[in-house]
Amino acid sequence: MKLELRGITKRFGRLVANDHIDLVVNPGEIHCLLGENGAGKSTLMNQLYGLLQPDEGDILVDDTLQRFSGPGDAMRAGIGMVHQHFMLVPVFTVAENLMLGHEHTRFGGRLNLPAARDRVRAIAERFGFDIDPDAIVEHLPVGVQQRVEIIKALSREAKILVFDEPTAVLTPQETDELMEIMRQLKAEGAAIVFITHKLREVREVADRITVMRLGKVVGEASPQASNADLASMMVGRSVELTVSKEPSQPGPASLAVDGLTVVDHTGQAVVRNVSFDVRAGEILAVAGVQGNGQTELTEALFGLQRDTTGSITLNGLELRGQSVQHILDAGAGFVPEDRQEDGLVPEFSIAENLILDRSTHEPFAKAGSLQLSYLREFADQTIREFDIRAQGAATPVGRLSGGNQQKVVVARELSRQLKLFVAAQPTRGVDVGSIEFIHKRIVEARDSGIPVIVVSTELDEVIALADRIAVMYRGEIVGIVPGDTPRDVLGIMMAGELPADAEVAA
Amino acid sequence: MTTFEAAAAAAARRGMTPRLRDWKAPIFLGAVAILAVILLIVFGRSGTSTFSFASRRTDVFSLPNLSIPVQELGLVAAATAVAMAAGSTLYVRARRKVPTWYIAVFSVVLLVAFLAWASAGHTIPLTGLLAGALALSVPLIFGAMGGVISERAGVINVAIEGQLLSGAFVSAVVASATRSAIAGLLAAMIAGVLVSFVLAAFAIKYFVDQVIVGIVLNGLVLGLTNFLYQTSLSQDAGTLNSPTQLPTIAIPGLSAVPVIGPVLFNQTIIVYLMYIAVAAVSFGLFFTRWGLRLRSVGEHPQAADTVGINVNGTRFWNVSLAGAVAGLGGAYFTLGSVGAFTEDVTSGAGYIALAAVIFGGWSPLRATLAALLFGFANELQSVLGIIGSPVPSDLLLMLPYLVTIVAVAGLVGQSRGPAASGKPYFKS
Repeated sequence: MKLELRGITKRFGRLVANDHIDLVVNPGEIHCLLGENGAGKSTLMNQLYGLLQPDEGDILVDDTLQRFSGPGDAMRAGIGMVHQHFMLVPVFTVAENLMLGHEHTRFGGRLNLPAARDRVRAIAERFGFDIDPDAIVEHLPVGVQQRVEIIKALSREAKILVFDEPTAVLTPQETDELMEIMRQLKAEGAAIVFITHKLREVREVADRITVMRLGKVVGEASPQASNADLASMMVGRSVELTVSKEPSQPGPASLAVDGLTVVDHTGQAVVRNVSFDVRAGEILAVAGVQGNGQTELTEALFGLQRDTTGSITLNGLELRGQSVQHILDAGAGFVPEDRQEDGLVPEFSIAENLILDRSTHEPFAKAGSLQLSYLREFADQTIREFDIRAQGAATPVGRLSGGNQQKVVVARELSRQLKLFVAAQPTRGVDVGSIEFIHKRIVEARDSGIPVIVVSTELDEVIALADRIAVMYRGEIVGIVPGDTPRDVLGIMMAGELPADAEVAA
Repeated sequence: MTTFEAAAAAAARRGMTPRLRDWKAPIFLGAVAILAVILLIVFGRSGTSTFSFASRRTDVFSLPNLSIPVQELGLVAAATAVAMAAGSTLYVRARRKVPTWYIAVFSVVLLVAFLAWASAGHTIPLTGLLAGALALSVPLIFGAMGGVISERAGVINVAIEGQLLSGAFVSAVVASATRSAIAGLLAAMIAGVLVSFVLAAFAIKYFVDQVIVGIVLNGLVLGLTNFLYQTSLSQDAGTLNSPTQLPTIAIPGLSAVPVIGPVLFNQTIIVYLMYIAVAAVSFGLFFTRWGLRLRSVGEHPQAADTVGINVNGTRFWNVSLAGAVAGLGGAYFTLGSVGAFTEDVTSGAGYIALAAVIFGGWSPLRATLAALLFGFANELQSVLGIIGSPVPSDLLLMLPYLVTIVAVAGLVGQSRGPAASGKPYFKS
């Protein structure tokens, strides 16, 4: 089936999320929709899938005009979607998820589960998947869950498939397998829309590329275009894709983590007997697929996990078991992975957010009252220094873009005298321009001679920043390898195995 | 973290490590065993206790009374309890969960010993005790079914109390006015649905905090029924508050079985409806389209939306259904047990039903068992009061609530409810 979008426009208040978007996807074609976070890709696809209604413009399937008032209509028209956040009910089985919304029943109104199981098996077989129809979805690895999502779309005879940022949660190997599945679907004649902001993937599978920026289509590109060309189209100016940094000049081991185990509130050990050192003046990147204990590890470093054993010493000072305040006072700076939830108070102004973790200290507070004029001065200066784009220091942080919010968090931490800097997912959901800037500041922090830990699920970021790389899998460190370790080796490590030929960096 | 990431993280954790040792169960059993030793041995009583199995009706064959020497039973039971508490540590050492049957056996042994201890020198009418327990459980079970349906669909139903009370009030008035108990039953369901409509409208349409709406509704219904009771019902009790009672229907054959028969199969239609409701909810929730969709909007509404299910519509109608079920439970007070409406006739049964929902882990069958447990505790208290037990009756009055707290907080611990319960669904 052929899909055509004509002049799709969607406004949210004064914001124009999609401005007269035209897009044609032919059967047997993989069409990449490339753009930064906030470029309007997901908004566009939500209209295609009936989750949102366009203010203007038409959707045509096989040259027939469509009106979708809900996802049910879109599905009936042959459109299937593999969502970025899987639309699977975690406590249901694979077969139950497959049948949800178009259930067949047997005598007495009983669900016809055997038929659904057969359907799962039949589609899985076509693609060489091995999926148990009776497995509970939440027990399956993320990569397999995604396959369930694909099977679900295919079971409704979808001929137009939309993949919304499908690789965000996958290991490099799983990503390769997904590409293979997409090629197979294409060979079967499906029309595929592949939404992403990762340049490498685009160049690998795309037949055609449409680039979006700030709600508009800025042009088409050929899959042969270079990364730099694609990136500059996406961002609207030329960008540096690699982080320029000198080789590190590591000093003595400064942060030492020894035998750290973290037990979560359900009684599961989520970080298991982890030991590593970080030297002053080096960046240790912690790589791994989301949910393998990285979050808990960083939280444990800052006293945010209740049940920990082992030891964490910074320049010989024991941090484990200390209060968060004590750890911050010891000179540790933290960029948490979820800035909305843990990094900022959205209703507070930029100035207030900049001193969240030292509001009780001089020079910001004297005799229990905030020194507002000093605070304003400090905020203005920091906003300039960290290139935070806002109307002023009094702007509530919640009104800033993701990139600028993240710069506020980074600025808060780096404007202190630090002895340790830990950044978790420092550029998640951040525009390319801000990524460049944040990466530069992280390298500067390293060059100032403090130990730096960067936790990231983006392999590109890990490789760009790391002097050494620790890969985590199921709460353990699989191995610590040099910063120039090849991607495929890291990929294998992210799946829990340490290749025999991997060079191990002590 | 998004729900998805949380699920992924949870999945990564599962199968990752064996469970850590959880000492909660042995500590709990140990504490109870110590109490048992103190009560049954230190404050041990002598004499015999008689358990009678007779009922008012003539059974096909009757079981003889059972006489138990209290002191000996107390010794044996306390010793068993201590041994079992010690034995439970073996499970924990092996990093296994203490099985439910183990705790059940432990509880039953102590319960029998406690009954014997409390009734030393008296006769315990076991059939009467069980029948009374069931009678007290009926509204709890209806309320719990209403709670399970509503919460599985993603709306916290604190308004069970209000639904019960409105059902009780309306059924009394309608059954009195029409001289038809069946009309009273239907009216009770409608009353429950009306309370649900308010809950659903505020919770689903206007995104008001569901717990607060529920509590406010309970207060509203209580105030309204008190007002109407004082201004109308108590003035003209003859026409407005003397509802026709539902007749007792004995199921041929089954009702003649000793103990079980008179307790379970010689009841009014409401009780039989309750059996049907529990069976229907248990089956429907897990094996029908209705149940699959209902659970999907309570667990992951967005996933339901993307497969074309009307999330808020599904929630609205199921909350209404929950109200109808709870309303029936209310009718039991006025048409079955109490016989007329009095102020606050439900006296907190809705909250106990809510506790049963949580104690039962949002499962219809286990919530029913929990409701039965609460009903039993309540009845035990009144029976022991009547036969004159050595425990002060004020203390016994605390029993059902004590059981509730221990059950919900101590034994269940963190149970996992529907993921989206209490969260309104906004279309993105």
